Amino acid sequence: MSLVVNSTINGDPIEFSCEPDETLMDALRNRVGLKGVKEGCGTGDCGACSIRLDGALVCSCLVLGAEAEGRSVETVEGMSDGPKLHVLQSKFLEHAALQCGVCTPGFLIAAQALLEKNPTPTEEEIRYGLAGNLCRCTGYDKIVRAVQDAAKVMNKSSKRKKTSGGKK
Amino acid sequence: MPVLYESPQTTPEAVALLSKSKGKVHVLAGGSDLLVRMKGGYIEPDVIVDIKRIKSMNVIKKTADGFLIGAAVSCARLGEHAALKKAWPGIVEAANLIGSDQIQGRCTIAGNLCNASPAADSVPAMIAAGASAIIQGPRGERQVAVEKIAKSPGVTTLKKGEVVEAILLPPKQKKSSDAYLRFTPRTEMDIAVVSAAVSLTLGAKGVIEDARVSLGAVAPKALLVKPAAKAIIGSTLDDEALEKLAAACAAACDPIDDKRGTIHFRTKVAQVLAKRAAKIAWQRAGGK
Repeated sequence: MSLVVNSTINGDPIEFSCEPDETLMDALRNRVGLKGVKEGCGTGDCGACSIRLDGALVCSCLVLGAEAEGRSVETVEGMSDGPKLHVLQSKFLEHAALQCGVCTPGFLIAAQALLEKNPTPTEEEIRYGLAGNLCRCTGYDKIVRAVQDAAKVMNKSSKRKKTSGGKK
Repeated sequence: MPVLYESPQTTPEAVALLSKSKGKVHVLAGGSDLLVRMKGGYIEPDVIVDIKRIKSMNVIKKTADGFLIGAAVSCARLGEHAALKKAWPGIVEAANLIGSDQIQGRCTIAGNLCNASPAADSVPAMIAAGASAIIQGPRGERQVAVEKIAKSPGVTTLKKGEVVEAILLPPKQKKSSDAYLRFTPRTEMDIAVVSAAVSLTLGAKGVIEDARVSLGAVAPKALLVKPAAKAIIGSTLDDEALEKLAAACAAACDPIDDKRGTIHFRTKVAQVLAKRAAKIAWQRAGGK
C-alpha cells in the first residue's frame, strides 16, 4: 500500500507517494526525479546520497521516504541560486575536485553542512568532517583544497555583508 | 504481507502498536542499523514503528535525577548540547565516534544500546556512567541498568511490546568525570576492535571515591568490570593502581579471535585503553 508524503523539498512543497519500506533516497530519485541524490553503497558508508533533513546532514539511504512527511529536505539540486552556482560548486569545478562525479553531490551537501557548523575549518577538520563521504577518483586532496578555498571566499563575503550592514 | 509504517505521537500509542501488532514489529529510531539490516535481507519487518514523532522521546532534559536523553535524540544533538558535554564528556565523545557526521545525524544512543552489538561505542560509556534505560511496556514503566539490556550479540532482554523511552544519566557529582577510548584500524568510520570507558569521582585530597569501568568488544556484550573499579577506588591513580586496573581488565576479557584482532591483541589493548581512559577521566575530574 503506497503512502502519500507531503514535504518541503528545496523550498517547494512537494507531494509524492512511496512504499512504506522505500528509502527516501529511492523516493527522491525515482518519484521526485532528483537524480543528484546518488546511490553508492545503500548502507550509510559512502555518503553519496547525503541530504539535509530538517537541517541535519543524513544519508538518505538510511531514511524512509515516509519519514519525510512534514519535514524539509534539501538536496544538491537546491544548492545553486538559479544558474548562479554556490561557491562550493564553483570551487569544486575550479580545483577539479571531481572526476566521475558520482560522489560530488554528497560531498557538496556535506561540505555545506560542515562550513555552516565551522566556517573556518583546518585541513584536519575538513578531512574528519568529510570522512563519511567516499571518493574513489580524486584521492581527496583536490576536494579538501576546494572546500578550503570556498571557506575563504564565503568568510570574505560574509564579512563584507556584515560591514555594509553596519554602515546602514 | 505488505509492510506497515506507523508513526505514533505518544508513548502509549507506540507501546500499543508494539504489543498488539501481528508479525515482526521493529522500532525505528535513527534507522542506521534497522534500514541496513532490512536492505541486507537479514530482517523483514511486518510493522515499522517510527518513534521520532513522539515529543517526549525527542528531548534532552536536565532533571533532579540527572540528564534524561530521549530515545529519538540523535547523537549529533548530544554533541551540540553544551551542558551535557560538560557533565558527561565521555558519553558525548563515544556518541560522536559512531560512524560519520551523516550517521550521527540519525543514530541514537538508545538505538545503539538496543542493537546490542558488543562493539557499540556509546554502550561502555553509558555503563561506566551508571546510566539506566527507562523502558515503557504493556505492564507500565521499568528502569533497568544499561548493562542489563544486551543479552548476547543482537539480542536484548526487552520483552514483547517494550520500548526504551529514554536513557537516564545519574546526577553529576562534584569532582567527577568520564572518558571513552576505542581502538580502530582507521581513524574514522570504523567499528571498535576494543574499547574502554571509565567514570570516576574524586574525594578529599584527590583520592578516588567512586569509579566504574566498562570494556567493549572483548566479550559477547559490553562489560561492567567491577574489580577494575575496585582497583582504583581509594587510590590517587598511581602506577600501582593503574597496573591493578589493567590486570582486572585483562581478567575480564573474553574476546573473539578474528582478522580485526586476536585474543592476545584485544586483551592487551583493553588494558592500555582502560589505563588511558582512567587518566583522562581523572584529569577531567580535576585530579593532579
